[in-house]
Amino acid sequence: MKSTALVAGLGLAILIVAAIVLSRRSLDPARGTMGPTLAGAPAASGRAASATVHPIDPPSHFGIGRAATDADLARIDIDVRADGQGLPAGSGTAAAGAAVYTAKCAACHGKDGEGVRQDRLQLGPRLIGRNAGDAFDFNESTAKEGAKTVGNYWPYATTLFDYVRRAMPQDRPGSLTNDEVYAVTAYLLARNQVVAESAVLDATSLPAVKMPSRDRFVRDDRESSTRVR
Amino acid sequence: MTDKPLTRRALLGGAAGAIAATAAAQLSGVAAAEAQEAALPPVPQDPTKVPGAPTSLVGTRSRFEHPRRTSGPTSTQAPLHELVGTITPSDVHYERHHAGVPTIDPAAHTLTIHGLVDHPTVFTLEDIKRFPSVSRIHFLECSGNYRRNAPESTTAQQVCGLTSNSEWTGVPLATLFREVGVKRGAKWFLAEGRDAAMLSRSIPIEKAFDDAMIAYGQNGEALRPEQGYPLRLLLPGWEGNTNVKWLGRLKLGDEPFMSREETSKYTEVMKDGRARQFSFVIDARSIITSPSYPQTMRRGWNEIRGLAWSGRGRIARAELSFDEGRTWIEAELQGPVLPKAHTRFRYPWKWDGGETTVMSRAIDETGYVQPTQRELIDARGVGCGPYHLNPVTGWRIRTDGTVVFRTEAWA
Repeated sequence: MKSTALVAGLGLAILIVAAIVLSRRSLDPARGTMGPTLAGAPAASGRAASATVHPIDPPSHFGIGRAATDADLARIDIDVRADGQGLPAGSGTAAAGAAVYTAKCAACHGKDGEGVRQDRLQLGPRLIGRNAGDAFDFNESTAKEGAKTVGNYWPYATTLFDYVRRAMPQDRPGSLTNDEVYAVTAYLLARNQVVAESAVLDATSLPAVKMPSRDRFVRDDRESSTRVR
Repeated sequence: MTDKPLTRRALLGGAAGAIAATAAAQLSGVAAAEAQEAALPPVPQDPTKVPGAPTSLVGTRSRFEHPRRTSGPTSTQAPLHELVGTITPSDVHYERHHAGVPTIDPAAHTLTIHGLVDHPTVFTLEDIKRFPSVSRIHFLECSGNYRRNAPESTTAQQVCGLTSNSEWTGVPLATLFREVGVKRGAKWFLAEGRDAAMLSRSIPIEKAFDDAMIAYGQNGEALRPEQGYPLRLLLPGWEGNTNVKWLGRLKLGDEPFMSREETSKYTEVMKDGRARQFSFVIDARSIITSPSYPQTMRRGWNEIRGLAWSGRGRIARAELSFDEGRTWIEAELQGPVLPKAHTRFRYPWKWDGGETTVMSRAIDETGYVQPTQRELIDARGVGCGPYHLNPVTGWRIRTDGTVVFRTEAWA
């Protein structure tokens, strides 16, 4: 009887050890191909229960993806910043821009940039118009329609170039040449009395344009308080 | 420049025509769904006496259920008053896009991260999916989600439907930023979509290392096209348009890029004549979805139900008022209460048949209390514009059981 119990006990012990080894083999991610990079992974303990959970510190670098080439970036890096970074070569004037505007923009924004509504649908917002003085109230209640024209409200002239180039005209976005974008930008700024009719806009002169509303934008501070702001 | 006046035909061409065509397309979609429904077999008198329908590769909603978004050329609202629980079914998630929903081949789509990084990198969709993933439940809300001067015949969908709640799956943005190595001096990143607007927003880099993620999954499957298929930025708790859809490019820089959306568009005029910019966080909000117009109430026991959420964190309390806001009663929150997620609240209530107004307000874990419309106007001025308006709203139950929106003049 005693020896039978011993054999049974021994058999059970072998089974447990085998189970531990097998479970560690199949569940231990350190045995996968990621192993060598897992510098922070804790050493596997000998307890069977530990085989089910292996907290892993992920590596800081997985080596996934391919290096972006200059050609990749040249194709997609189209943004223009307020300081002019990103502006391309080329130039334009209000006179050249008038023709572009009439052909490509007026259908939605109106012949004189007054905006177009059709069957309650806003096709394009008003772009041109200046309220008297630069300190006027933007508030809808007092300034009424037209307060947010380019001349009244847009704080950076570079934004106009960036937006027209990426998103306009709406039915054929990205179809204007850089010269056409400079020209239509010059046209809108001149009609809004921000630059002279004769101004030539390019990568140097455009970021130097100071918009009337430039200093009227402030950072949101709502989250710093539970007060209603 | 020609002085020839624009004809109606000229207006209908090009971009103008494209916009006008959208409404017609939406209507034909509904017509197709209804035609499909008409072709179904008749409803049996006793479903236990006839064999049921066979299995199917893709299930559909019951023929008796018709949740619909509202129609609109550039945005649609989720049918909040027809939904239960907290997850918004993906096919009625609200929409807002600036140049239509692009069709993008996932095999050709890439995400490029460049600018102030050590290793400018191009990731395919397959690459992105190899990184350790996370799934989190968060709401999205358009910052223009309030209808001022709404009439009594306004649904919860119409006054508040530009918000939805989903389980999003993707990669923490911090993982990708560590992969490319963020250079000292990087303070902002530009996120740019691959739609026809190439919508772009500048985001402070702290958000990337907080809880931002690059999502490819929505409610257990790939993103819906309207929600950014195949890849979108998800900035939990921040105004909808910063969560750039159809994401193709992230560029790190030392200052904001001043895109159109963050200068002339999503900025709020204040009482002092200045304009608030980079107004990211969505403040706490709630809406009672039942009772609400056009539902009717029956005498006796009912459950008042609604949703509460805050971009600042978890909802701490949802409260109801039956006396125009003089006193408030705490409703029960359905757990688990998750941060920056729709939270269902409910309150069993016995209606005695008398005319009653019920309003709700949300209070979040930071102590922020959802304001009244009066408090918002006092703080910002009546001309403050349409964004980030989160006023307390409510419903009037009339003696005949009809329910109407509690109107409030914006003045």
